[in-house]
Amino acid sequence: MTNQPGGGGSRFALSFSSLSYKAQRRVIIVLFSLIPLALLVTFSYLPLYRMVYYSFFSWNGFSKNLTFVGFDNYVTIFTRPEYFGVFKVSLYYFFATFVQMAIALYFATILSFRVRGKNFFKGVLFFPYLLNGVAIAFIFMYFFRPDGTLDALLRLFGLGEYIQLWLGNPDIINISLAGTSVWRYMGFNFIIFLGVISSIPSDIYEAADIDGANRWHQFRYIIVPSIRRIIELNVILSISGAIAVFEIPYIMTGGANGSSTFVIQTVDTAFKFGKFGLGSAMAVVLLIIVILVTLIQNKLFKEKGA
Amino acid sequence: MEKAKYTFFSVLKYGSLLLGAFAALLPLVVVLFTSFKSREEMANSTALTPPEDWLNFDNYKRAFFEGNMTVGFMNTVIVLTISIGGAILIGTMIAYILSRFEFKGKNVIMALFLFAVLIPGVTTQVATFQIINDLGLFNTRASAILLFMGTDIISIYIFIQFINQISNQLDESAMLDGASYLTIFGRIILPLLKPAIATVFIVKGVAIYNDFYIPFLYMPKEDLQVVSTALFKFKGPYGTQWEIISAGIMIVILPTLIAFLSLQKYIYNGFTQGAVK
Repeated sequence: MTNQPGGGGSRFALSFSSLSYKAQRRVIIVLFSLIPLALLVTFSYLPLYRMVYYSFFSWNGFSKNLTFVGFDNYVTIFTRPEYFGVFKVSLYYFFATFVQMAIALYFATILSFRVRGKNFFKGVLFFPYLLNGVAIAFIFMYFFRPDGTLDALLRLFGLGEYIQLWLGNPDIINISLAGTSVWRYMGFNFIIFLGVISSIPSDIYEAADIDGANRWHQFRYIIVPSIRRIIELNVILSISGAIAVFEIPYIMTGGANGSSTFVIQTVDTAFKFGKFGLGSAMAVVLLIIVILVTLIQNKLFKEKGA
Repeated sequence: MEKAKYTFFSVLKYGSLLLGAFAALLPLVVVLFTSFKSREEMANSTALTPPEDWLNFDNYKRAFFEGNMTVGFMNTVIVLTISIGGAILIGTMIAYILSRFEFKGKNVIMALFLFAVLIPGVTTQVATFQIINDLGLFNTRASAILLFMGTDIISIYIFIQFINQISNQLDESAMLDGASYLTIFGRIILPLLKPAIATVFIVKGVAIYNDFYIPFLYMPKEDLQVVSTALFKFKGPYGTQWEIISAGIMIVILPTLIAFLSLQKYIYNGFTQGAVK
């Protein structure tokens, strides 16, 4: 570690350059992969290993006594609805991502053709994605609170009778929160779609124009095929995203009124209720689900592509 | 007939764009309104009413000083600068050897980085927490810095893509001049990687500035708060004082807005390259 580039000073650089290229190569491969791999192992794989290990124990997180309980934690997760049942909440977010991608695709298509105020619309639609998660959570707590933005808006349009306890009613709360998530992430999908669509060479459109293709044909036969891979990638990301929802509901509602997600349960179980063993088992279950989903997705898309 | 159809679609197009812009802006604009309102004004106006006095900065002063925002911004800048600098340096290093050299274990390294993406970040915190604790890093800035610094496969991919575009002949002619691999990396590769570095800088910078749970879990100490955790603290004491919270929100958003307006082009490129490549 003392012979790090930059840290070791010019003497090291001098002696390094006098080595043969073959020796240099060996040194540099070790040197340049050491820190990245050390970080990767310490903060990705060691936690993974420990997580699996803890999941077989009953442990409060700080006591010296770990009691081996075998698969008890896993049995608890799958038999007690308060743990596994929260996956139902993921369905709201899963559905929301499709709405989100449809909106994103629509705006990306429109804005890839000639439009007045293009840069303004582009900026405004993308900007929410860059905002701080805590700020977004607060903004939407204000948006949904009684007499907040949404209620005032509905009154303005004479729709006052539809006013609800947006974050208090268990039937609606997850729709409100999933809506927030659409607001937050739509811009990301949008900017990716826009980037891909604008990379389609313009002479393809011109040729299509000559052949008498209208906008819909162009969308259907030029745009959709060229962004298919990106859509597939986004579907994968959104499924694992929907399973791992955390920040927005955690800050906005703390998981109250049936808005708790599996990750909120995991974090609460471990850190709030001091059940580290059970929390770890939940994390393992989550990881396995994410891996399974990714594998299935990959297989499906590969077969379709072939 | 053709003309009428054209106008109809034109109205539809601009109508939907305006609606989209309205939906994106409304929640923000309302918070901006609220941040300038006084207590009494809050009680007597609806959320959609603009403030009477656009220069009423009282809420901003209270949010900034009572929320200890100076500390928040200072810690954010420290953590952000060191971890991005580190991530870029080690990211380019690993990408350099992965793209320029053939060696045993190369594919294993790629696979290790790739698989790590699948591990949902928040959940392993249960175990990561213990490791940070064992290293004696709990409640230090080093905890967040190390956790943010780890390179992700996306940055590595971006760097590899760019390095592959740099002609090997440049390396070879430098070698004819007797340059070492270190010199090649420092004098040829790094300068030519500027666009990729800008991309990673932006994507990671946004992620770190906005991250909440890593500082929340690992640096709960008052004087280690970052912008996110400083804002989160408003939840308790200011529970219903939305004019103060709104000012706090605007203070946190302002740097993002400035960065966005001044770096727009690079930010767009950053995100498309970050995700597509």
